[in-house]
Amino acid sequence: MPWSEAFLRSQAAPAAPTAAGERVISYTHALAEALALALEIDPRVFVLGQGVNDPVGMFGLTTGLAARFGARRVFDTPLSEDAMTGICTGAAMQGQRPVLLHNRPDFLLLTFSQLVNHAAKVHYMDRGRHRVPMVVWAAIGRGWGSGPQHSQAIHGLLLSVPGLKLVLPGTPHDAKGLMLAAIADNNPVVILEHRWLMKASAAVPEGIYRVPIGKGVYRRRGSDLSIVGTSHTLHLALRALDSAACAGISADVIDLRTVKPLDEDIILESVARTGRLLVVDPGWSLGGVCAEVGCLVAERGFDLLRAPIRRVGLPDAPAPAGFALEQAYYPNEVTLAAAIRGLCG
Amino acid sequence: MSAPVRYSYAGTGYSPGDLSGYAPEFLLRLYREMLRIRRIEERIEARYHEDQMKSPIHLVIGQEAISVGACSALAREDAIYLSHRTHGNYLAKGGDLKAMMSELYCRKNGCAGSVGGSMHLFDVDAGVAGSSAIVAGSVPIAVGHALAAQQRGTGQVVGVFFGDAGVEEGVFWESLNFAVLHQLPVLFFCENNFYSVCSPLTVRQPEGVEIHRKATAFGANTMLVDGTNVLRVHGAVRSAVAAARAGRGPQFLELQAYRWRGHGGAGDDSKSGYRSTDEAAQWRQYCPVAGFGDLLRAQGLLDPDLHENMESGIAAEIDAAFEHAINSPDPDPEEITRFVYSP
Ligand SMILES: Cc1ncc(C[n+]2csc(CCOP(=O)(O)OP(=O)(O)O)c2C)c(N)n1
Repeated sequence: MPWSEAFLRSQAAPAAPTAAGERVISYTHALAEALALALEIDPRVFVLGQGVNDPVGMFGLTTGLAARFGARRVFDTPLSEDAMTGICTGAAMQGQRPVLLHNRPDFLLLTFSQLVNHAAKVHYMDRGRHRVPMVVWAAIGRGWGSGPQHSQAIHGLLLSVPGLKLVLPGTPHDAKGLMLAAIADNNPVVILEHRWLMKASAAVPEGIYRVPIGKGVYRRRGSDLSIVGTSHTLHLALRALDSAACAGISADVIDLRTVKPLDEDIILESVARTGRLLVVDPGWSLGGVCAEVGCLVAERGFDLLRAPIRRVGLPDAPAPAGFALEQAYYPNEVTLAAAIRGLCG
Repeated sequence: MSAPVRYSYAGTGYSPGDLSGYAPEFLLRLYREMLRIRRIEERIEARYHEDQMKSPIHLVIGQEAISVGACSALAREDAIYLSHRTHGNYLAKGGDLKAMMSELYCRKNGCAGSVGGSMHLFDVDAGVAGSSAIVAGSVPIAVGHALAAQQRGTGQVVGVFFGDAGVEEGVFWESLNFAVLHQLPVLFFCENNFYSVCSPLTVRQPEGVEIHRKATAFGANTMLVDGTNVLRVHGAVRSAVAAARAGRGPQFLELQAYRWRGHGGAGDDSKSGYRSTDEAAQWRQYCPVAGFGDLLRAQGLLDPDLHENMESGIAAEIDAAFEHAINSPDPDPEEITRFVYSP
């Protein structure tokens, strides 16, 4: 099953080659380390969520944290997603730095009143008198019956909300560095991890470092097209690029890492060199990151384009639960390779 | 066709016994503050038709005793959070009148720089920490403030005001449950005026299930209070504050009073038929301000000179606040994109 270690490892991002002496740890371990470091250096930080102190410890992110930092700083919550979001907002307004963990982004849909109507607007509405330094974290699910209500990547819905920052890390290094950056940020930051990346292992520096929010990064340099995207879908695109079907095609591959604020410069700079754009994202294509990045390039980089923009996100349908349907629903190496070839053909 | 009288005043009015134990200056201060709120609301109402206050308003006339009774039992360092019906609670806690009027007149120097409007009054220095135009929206935020106070050991208590419809929102119960679970120093002030816009309580909550009893079932300490009697409110809130400060957890007060005016805007809209004009008239006999003034007069604490003094002082303050607001500049368009993100 997809949550088994073996399956997740097989799906996880291929480990980048590590230099001698670099420490290789798992994605979850990197996140756990980020939380522990944040709790250690800043007494204002506290971590909460459903089951953070249970034996599973939120995928292992919070295992042992309560024993180390005490139940006042790491605690389980009632199943009251909207109120917990507002409670974190209120505490953050007083200078605390809550990190609110959810199993799945689907549950964030119950929090839109506090997240969108309040957390995102407090600083604006009271003209900077309060800040809302809080982190809301959740892991996107996929497969094994997760289905319509346990696999939604909802960042597209939040993309148009002023006041929020949206982060989708793709590597253990970035997961840790972006978590630390989000906790240090003075705004509400939503981090959506992808469950299928969380068993990857890669080089992760020890100690504190922060990956800047709002900055994308080149995963590869090439000349035929720009593949711009996030999270697990970008990993699939990388695999597609490496497959025989894409032999001879060289691509710029940009991991946005943050979709709000969007690193517009890196996208336009790349498209200026390649003239072709493929946008990939684990969310729906319609009105989401795919649409926004496509629109950005159409608006500001139209003259740079040699071919129509292509997007590969999810179709305008909920995620089906069953295996056969799910195979057809999600993009995969084959469909992504076809999209890449199609663009360059 | 007029609606039946559904909600009758169930209290006992002001009685001389209410005064015992209070210093005359304190009683006069309570009276003056209620009178001040009443006069401010009346002035806003009188000038609303000019269309210069381009902001929705939710007048608190009839509910002044709740604001003044509750806020007079809180310390300045204690914080309160408001709903959409902000004016009375903001003023009673010490919110700046000029900043409020400028906000209503959409001026640059309004308390929210004209991005908030009348439903978003706040004055952090006076402990008016925030408000929300989303019904029950500020409830979890107040609970979060209390959580921070507990985590940091500040000794602060946090009050949150909301209407009877506030307890129809899921987030209210989620918040109350968490506050009880963590024994947070929060005071829940439910201003039960029996209506949500034009919908009476009877079409929204089952009859016979009293609001405060529902909160009791959640494990909060609860009280039902006559919200037209400033001393009953003050006494109840004072004991609630003491309990919350002593670590005895959340306190829930259902305060019953009547909104004399329409839900929003100027004037009484009872003639439209959603509530009985007799009902409104009955409640007006239990005016929180005049009733208290009569009692103070009967006890020899308030004479015509003193009253006249209060009235003229209040009128001068209101004149100045309106003049200040009307003559203040509009905000610059650049303000629109300021403070979207914090550095
Ligand atoms: C979540 C939400 N639903 C509906 C409204 C529209 N609305 C604004 S005030 C109000 C009445 C609320 O009644 P109550 O909470 O009893 O307060 P009151 O107006 O009586 O002071 C309504 C329905 C809103 N602002 N927020």
